[in-house]
Amino acid sequence: MADYAIETQGLTRRFGAFTAVDGVDLAIPRGRVYGFLGPNGAGKSTTIRMLCGLLEPSAGSATVLGHEMPRDAEVLRRKLGYMTQNFSLYADLTVRENLEFMAEIFSLPRRAVRERVRVAAERYFLVDLLHQRAGTLSGGQKQRLALAAATLHAPELLFLDEPTSAVDPQSRRDFWDCLFELAAAGTTILVSTHLMDEAERCHGLAIISRGKLVAEGTPKALMEGIDARVLEVETPDPHKASLALRGEPYIKSVTQLGTRLHALLKKDTPAPVKKLTEVLHRAGLEAQVQETPANLEDVFVASTSFEGDERVARRA
Amino acid sequence: MKGWPAVLDSLRRIRAIAGKEVRQLLRDKLTFGMIVGVPLLQVILFGYAINTDVRHLRAGVADLAQTQLSRDLVAEAEASQVVDVVAAAPSAQGLEELLKDGKISVGIYIPPDFDRRAATGSQPAAQLMIDGGDPTLFGVAQGLAQMPLVTRDVPQASKAPLFELRNYYNPERRSAVDIVPALIGVILTLTMVLFTAVAIVRERERGNLELLITTPVSNFELMVGKIWPYILIGLIQVSIVLFLGWLLFSVPVAGSLLDLYLAALLFIAASLGLGLLISTFAKTQFQAMQLTIFTFLPSILLSGFMFPFDGMPKVAQWIGQLLPLTHFVRLVRGVLLRGADLGGMWVDVWPLLVFFALAMTLAVLKFHKRLD
Repeated sequence: MADYAIETQGLTRRFGAFTAVDGVDLAIPRGRVYGFLGPNGAGKSTTIRMLCGLLEPSAGSATVLGHEMPRDAEVLRRKLGYMTQNFSLYADLTVRENLEFMAEIFSLPRRAVRERVRVAAERYFLVDLLHQRAGTLSGGQKQRLALAAATLHAPELLFLDEPTSAVDPQSRRDFWDCLFELAAAGTTILVSTHLMDEAERCHGLAIISRGKLVAEGTPKALMEGIDARVLEVETPDPHKASLALRGEPYIKSVTQLGTRLHALLKKDTPAPVKKLTEVLHRAGLEAQVQETPANLEDVFVASTSFEGDERVARRA
Repeated sequence: MKGWPAVLDSLRRIRAIAGKEVRQLLRDKLTFGMIVGVPLLQVILFGYAINTDVRHLRAGVADLAQTQLSRDLVAEAEASQVVDVVAAAPSAQGLEELLKDGKISVGIYIPPDFDRRAATGSQPAAQLMIDGGDPTLFGVAQGLAQMPLVTRDVPQASKAPLFELRNYYNPERRSAVDIVPALIGVILTLTMVLFTAVAIVRERERGNLELLITTPVSNFELMVGKIWPYILIGLIQVSIVLFLGWLLFSVPVAGSLLDLYLAALLFIAASLGLGLLISTFAKTQFQAMQLTIFTFLPSILLSGFMFPFDGMPKVAQWIGQLLPLTHFVRLVRGVLLRGADLGGMWVDVWPLLVFFALAMTLAVLKFHKRLD
């Protein structure tokens, strides 16, 4: 029990007739970077807010760091760091002032404030920026400041809400290095994201779709255990090919990746390569078809789109 | 939670929020400018411009009598400083033309048989034509019509007036003496309500609140922390207005300054409460500003700042009684002009207290540290 940072059973939240989170069971171990992957509006944020104690669950239970939520929300606040999607520190205060403000808010020992701010500034490469107003920082710098502020009180659990959606790839890599360092030091990190490359870095991943937990595991296990066969089609006219493939009943989804197509087929489809080649040939298309290991996006598509076929059709 | 240390932590958070707020204020040049600029501008504008004792109205004269007495009448009217004769017209129609064109706002028509009319007193001797579009002018004209003709030849004019009017507290009938004290209230209403409303809404609009809600900061700490720098600002503004009023318009301080500042504190508290309440309704800074103006206008119009309270219709008076400014205007005029003490004006003190308590309670109840 104590091995898990977060445990939920049947966690549910309804807003009127709409069920935003529907019976989610989670068991997230400590010291891990754990990802919530899902499209916008899937219920990631609602879940996180229930775990923070900002929203009351309509049903089910959640235990966070051994505290029952939302009953112990006030106690938990001190052990919790939260980094919002948009920069939410004060743009008209300097980096140092922002950090000191957060230190006061979290009641860090008075004598420790200076030292903690210094250490945080060093760790997150903010030393040269200490006297600069936060509003004038670049996207990556803001990111580091936000992380520094969220971890100043050494939280046991850190929530990151789509942390790197506004940051360039290099900054994103640096940022993730910081996250792994924190995790190595024992912090449990919960990241919500809709970016595949971000999700792929997580130790564990929960794919959430329409309020439900549809897949869970390590990225590797998810990719290997995908409930579909993935076929890669290389063809001079991928658009026409995708139209030709879409009518087939055993094909669940077709995604175009430049000149290639990823087709997800029902797992029990026999001789898939032959089948697809035939279909394309009938449509008058030259194509090379081969079975390929699933990537995370395939897993995501397979687990978020399969159950509602009419929806997939509309989205396609 | 756990007694003493928890209280200390809470105080520390309040101080951190207040300190941050002050820093932001000092850096926000526009807001900071408003703190000093608004009182400065308003005292000067209102003090000089609002003049209910109207003087130097442009007048036109059509003197068809051309007698000694008629010339005396015109001279008398001019001597009162109420009118300046700027034009002459040959006839009543000529005066009407001048009025219509806006060249004059008062026309004095003296008929050819003026002397006879004045002597018998059976019918009005002369006629005042005024631009009725401005209600204050009408009052002025009425005053002018009562003006006795102090002329030896006319016995009626030497009659003693029925009442002797004596003007207490503002013997020279200077508007500034009435206006400036009340202006303290008007300025505080504007700035206090606006600043607090905007300060909280800004935090929400810029996303800061999204971060704060996950921290140990409570609703109460956030509100108190944000409010109290503005109390200081309010007191600074009171001092600015008082000083300017004294410097420019010789507004007296008849009562005790302590009473005045106490009254101001009460009123600041009530205004801040209102500002907080507004902040719980408004989603954007713009909405907060609109709501502030929405409460500001009735305050100015119905509080007795602009128009005499007793002269207003009953319904307007009831609404006026609900506004903190109404009571503060009475308190501040009482203390500054009449030298009254607060204890004696309890009827206007408790409404402010009640208003503050109600607004704060509603605001804290309605304010959610939530995102939606």
